[in-house]
Amino acid sequence: MSTPLLLAVLLLLTAAAFEFGRRRALHLAGPEFRTLHSLPRYYGSFTALWCALPALVLLGTWLAFEDEIITSLVVADLPATYQSLSEPELNLIINDLRNQLSGNVVSQELSPDMQAAAEHYGSLRATSKAAMAVIFLSVAMLGMGLAWRKIAPNFWARNRVEAIIKVLLIICSTLAIFTTIGIVLSVLFESIRFFQAVPVFDFLFGLEWSPQTAIREDQVGSSGAFGAVPLFAGTLLISFIAMLVAAPIGLTSAIYLSEYSHPRFRATAKPLLEILAGIPTVVYGFFAALTVAPLLRNVGTYFGLDVSSESALAAGLVMGIMIIPFVSSISDDVINAVPQSLRDGSLALGSTQSEMIRKVVLPAALPGIVGGLLLAISRAIGETMIVVMAAGLAAKLTVNPLEAVTTVTVQIVTLLVGDQEFDSPKTLAAFALGLMLFLVTLALNVIALYVVRKYREQYE
Amino acid sequence: MLNQKHAVLLESPAKTNDVPPPSPVQIQEPDTKTVGRVTVDKPIMTTRNVDVYYGDKQAIIDVSIDVAYNEVLSMIGPSGCGKSTFLRCLNRMNDTIESARVTGKIELEGHDIYDKKTDVVTLRARVGMVFQKPNPFPKSVYENVAYGPRIHGLARNQSELDEIVQTSLRRAGLWDEVKDRLGQPGTGLSGGQQQRLCIARCIAVNPDVILMDEPCSALDPIATARIEELIDELRQNYSIVIVTHSMQQAARVSQRTAYFHLGDLIEVGETATIFTNPQDKLTEDYLTGRFG
Repeated sequence: MSTPLLLAVLLLLTAAAFEFGRRRALHLAGPEFRTLHSLPRYYGSFTALWCALPALVLLGTWLAFEDEIITSLVVADLPATYQSLSEPELNLIINDLRNQLSGNVVSQELSPDMQAAAEHYGSLRATSKAAMAVIFLSVAMLGMGLAWRKIAPNFWARNRVEAIIKVLLIICSTLAIFTTIGIVLSVLFESIRFFQAVPVFDFLFGLEWSPQTAIREDQVGSSGAFGAVPLFAGTLLISFIAMLVAAPIGLTSAIYLSEYSHPRFRATAKPLLEILAGIPTVVYGFFAALTVAPLLRNVGTYFGLDVSSESALAAGLVMGIMIIPFVSSISDDVINAVPQSLRDGSLALGSTQSEMIRKVVLPAALPGIVGGLLLAISRAIGETMIVVMAAGLAAKLTVNPLEAVTTVTVQIVTLLVGDQEFDSPKTLAAFALGLMLFLVTLALNVIALYVVRKYREQYE
Repeated sequence: MLNQKHAVLLESPAKTNDVPPPSPVQIQEPDTKTVGRVTVDKPIMTTRNVDVYYGDKQAIIDVSIDVAYNEVLSMIGPSGCGKSTFLRCLNRMNDTIESARVTGKIELEGHDIYDKKTDVVTLRARVGMVFQKPNPFPKSVYENVAYGPRIHGLARNQSELDEIVQTSLRRAGLWDEVKDRLGQPGTGLSGGQQQRLCIARCIAVNPDVILMDEPCSALDPIATARIEELIDELRQNYSIVIVTHSMQQAARVSQRTAYFHLGDLIEVGETATIFTNPQDKLTEDYLTGRFG
């Protein structure tokens, strides 16, 4: 039986188990059904869970290890000549066996030895499948039976069911955490490999970035330089320009929306502003590269300035517009969270509305606003599409916003889309950059969350 | 005098609290259903036929009452009877509520405070307010008190400002407790101290009238007693209108008492008279604890 079919059968069994459990509880209690410890459906759920969960765990484990075990069995039975082969070659043979079984093209004519091995492989697989179906269904039935036997009027089914559900919730909530840890570890290990080729010091403090390395021994002039400072300088420059745009506009629009605007205007304007956050960043990228950058270039030419066609300014301006909603939305929430009593206190002393905002509301909301700005910065630093399209590729160490600069994210993209072999320092550098970027944004987020939380405590 | 500036803005002669200006004409008792005498001989504030609506709902119905110089007027009544709403009309704090609408006439020393020519900022500097829950700003003790004088430009230099802060804190009976911690946040004081800080903040702009909206309801009996003492002292310089749920408090601190019921001003009179010999049945029932 195939896996989907097994799952369908299990679903039916589970439904049946629910009904059996419920009926049994009602039957055992008889006319005294009010004396049951839990509601009948809890007895049903208990039986159903015992039917489904052990079987599913078994299925998962089986599928995870089935292939490895069968392969090792096949390899063990191969003639001695094959046993001595290196791992990649062995993998190739195994692949041939699989292709032979599924009727695909194989890389070479199979010897009789191999034919036998392929048949062996096939029969093992068939056995495994049959065994799995049998054991899977037996476990499901067994679980159901055991649970069914446990049911008694004074059995605490509700508590058991709720305990199981709690465990399921815990597993789901930790999944995301473990995924994050997995991502960090995978980036970390690749970075360590990179740092074996390039010293950490050179990477962190080197002033030259030129990741072209020689593919062949006889190539010249491409020794590779992995100094990340120009990249971080470019990232900071663009983020800085973006914040110059987003912080004032976002903050003032938040002040207007929360303090001055009519509720009806606010109800329309706020969602509209938040649409900015919903525009795909690639669209912002077009906008930056096709509209803003040429515009800046033309304006620059008019004033006699030399603006490169891909400039930090263009990317920064558009990125600033993109993160306006982050700033305005968070600031608006924080400003609204300032208690009305403080506003009343200020107004009752005869302050004007603007005095109240400047001297009471904004100082009270400041920590939250700073938190919002930090979140926006970390968003700007990690932004990729706009800078790929509008900022350029040249790793120039400059603070002139009219020149093309490159950012960490742009370099990660260009490093990984090339056709370099995967273990060259060039490719591995992407992981090191990714790790650095991750650490920076993580630090910013932690600080931002800390600041925002500290602010919350003030009024509770 | 520090608040001369405001007086000029409201086009009234410079006043001193000790010598009220002579009332121009013989006061006429307004046409009202309220029991007792709502007018006083020398009013600082007068209200005539005030109605307040929240949207379609009428919260105050045809209320007329005067506030005299150097008196404490207490307003009592069951919850939701409109006494806080009425109090907030006196310095136009209801302006901050979108749906609120006020009709009728409210005058401060003869000037209509709802007139278009009245600057609400100046009005609120002359009619200060202390709220139910202490609401010090999240600033230092000093900055809390200096806030009003700063925004109204009442001090020419730092030493004058220091002077105002110290005087206000002394008058609020808080100076001895906070003089060594003026730089610490006002939110770190105890509840009673916070409320006295708010009173100090209010008198720092030297208002003519202080409105108090249940100023002791969030405080323990000891802190309450201190505030009540303070109210009695402040009467020497200010007129005070206090909303309270505690009838004992009204009896202890006020000279006149007004009883509100469901938006109507039922009865006004000398506190002693009202508490011993209420004229209206509703007032009597409330005071004897039959409801409320």
